[in-house]
Amino acid sequence: MDASVTPALLYLDDVSVTFDGFRALNSLSLVIEHAEMRAIIGPNGAGKTTMMDVITGKTRPDTGEVMFDGHHDLTRIDEAGIAELGIGRKFQTPTVFDMLTVEDNILLALKSDRRPLASLLEKLTSARKERVDELLERVRLKDHRHRKAGNLSHGQKQWLEIGMLLAQEPKLLLVDEPAAGMTDQETADTADLLREIAQTRSVVVVEHDMVFVRDLGVKVTCLHEGSVLAEGPLDAVSSNERVIEVYLGR
Amino acid sequence: MLTVKLIDRYGAVFIAVLAAAAVIVPFCNLAIEPGSAFHIPDYLLPLIGKYLCFALLAISIDLIWGYCGILSLGHGAFFALGGYAMGMYLMRQIGPRGVYGHPILPDFMVFLNFQDLPWFWLGFDSFLFAMVMVLLVPGVLAFVFGWFAFRSRVTGVYLSIITQAMTFALMLAFFRNDMGFGGNNGLTDFKDILGFSVQAGETRAVLFALSAAALGLGYLLCRYVVTSKLGKVLVAVRDAESRTRFLGYRVENYKLAVFVLSAMLAGLAGALYVPQVGIINPSEFAPANSIEAVIWVAVGGRGTLVGAALGALVVNVGKSWFTGAIPEFWLFALGALFVVVTLFLPKGILGTLQDYLGHPKAAKPAPEPDGAAVAHPAE
Repeated sequence: MDASVTPALLYLDDVSVTFDGFRALNSLSLVIEHAEMRAIIGPNGAGKTTMMDVITGKTRPDTGEVMFDGHHDLTRIDEAGIAELGIGRKFQTPTVFDMLTVEDNILLALKSDRRPLASLLEKLTSARKERVDELLERVRLKDHRHRKAGNLSHGQKQWLEIGMLLAQEPKLLLVDEPAAGMTDQETADTADLLREIAQTRSVVVVEHDMVFVRDLGVKVTCLHEGSVLAEGPLDAVSSNERVIEVYLGR
Repeated sequence: MLTVKLIDRYGAVFIAVLAAAAVIVPFCNLAIEPGSAFHIPDYLLPLIGKYLCFALLAISIDLIWGYCGILSLGHGAFFALGGYAMGMYLMRQIGPRGVYGHPILPDFMVFLNFQDLPWFWLGFDSFLFAMVMVLLVPGVLAFVFGWFAFRSRVTGVYLSIITQAMTFALMLAFFRNDMGFGGNNGLTDFKDILGFSVQAGETRAVLFALSAAALGLGYLLCRYVVTSKLGKVLVAVRDAESRTRFLGYRVENYKLAVFVLSAMLAGLAGALYVPQVGIINPSEFAPANSIEAVIWVAVGGRGTLVGAALGALVVNVGKSWFTGAIPEFWLFALGALFVVVTLFLPKGILGTLQDYLGHPKAAKPAPEPDGAAVAHPAE
């Protein structure tokens, strides 16, 4: 692949994925710019999670192009390689390492040499300690650092996972339903946190909670049956006839 | 906890007991007259030495099962391969003193009409070469096996089944006479090791002390691995494999590394086992042996290392007693033990003990200044 194909950070073009005859993605195209936050909405089965799977290397597309940072073809790299390029992912159900402490969860996510030997010999420098402190502070889990992650509340696990994402120092964060199961206050706080993150990094947020999406105040893409149904400011998208029909309801 | 001590409370007790045993047991065997209450009879020394080798095998299994979730039901194969490598050295040491008196070929080869020493026996007259093979052969097998299995993302029960198939296949192969490993009878009638008679009390005492040392060092090595960041990655793989991938860790490489290390430790255990029991034959590859070793770990407490060694000791002492007193009930007792432990002590002996006495890891530093007390609301 020769130099930059596109100036965008993430570029999906004509991506299709079929599972046993079911078209999960149907020539989906999507472009995310540097330091852009994008909200993805759409009914169940619209292909939101499959899209994340394709970007992170979990699922290989049947056809189409997925480019990252201009010249990385994500369809040819494995999950670990993609993560190292700078794409972090937060899952729909919070997935943290339950048996490890909160601070160990962050420590594992910290940007570092990921090879086994390097892990074996890695020393805990004061710079890394500070970084862990800083991240714990940011996701408000400093007081919980010695607890096992499995003992955290649902909302705290969501935040821990966001903290782990930040620790990876990714260029692009894929965040799947960060507000699910959160209280109103937690939801608002999460929106604040994501907006803050989006000042320096690109963030793609999949969310059903329209209040939360409105709170984010960013460009919205509505998916339906594996392709883009509408794209633009939330007001424009939510007044789109087709969007109302398939997703928002009349 | 960001850093965990290399030697925790249980580890300190374990090392201390091992060090004491390495000195006291041979002393009580050699220096105390038979008849004294403190005398350890000649048959008991290699028996306890055998338990130490089993304990090392158990620790090697715990490293991959307890910490990384790889349930190998074929670890006996690595143990047996290490044992065969040692056995081949011991066979070559017999030299012309065999029953048939052949200057080079071991008795079974003469008996089976071998004309020359097979190529894979070359070099085994050297102790150093044999010791390298003790680690290398299990290591290479584990590498090749793990390379394919982990890369293809074979996990869970499927992986367990193919490890079982691996040891079964090796057993069948080693049973064949023309494989050149003594077939059914295996390798036995050993005479010397490094010029010392394997039957001599002093040699046995040294082998015993070496077994204790290997167990202690093997424990420390595993402990070093599991307390490093690599150890945390292993736990992460065990609990949420795909999440670990999305953090950028190549899970298959981690599994491979720890699987190979574990196989080499099992091989070392097998190598120390053979001169103490005086024989190695294909039944060591039997799938049941590998399963039994997994039971030791479950009984002692997986994910604790010390517990695995303890489990190996407890079960094998039980086995020695049962097979002496009421042999026909041993397998029932083993089965019952496994059921009871699974139902009532799911964390094994040591795991349960830790819950009562407090986990060494739970020894927290001073609480955070800004109210750690309020930071633990009811869930």
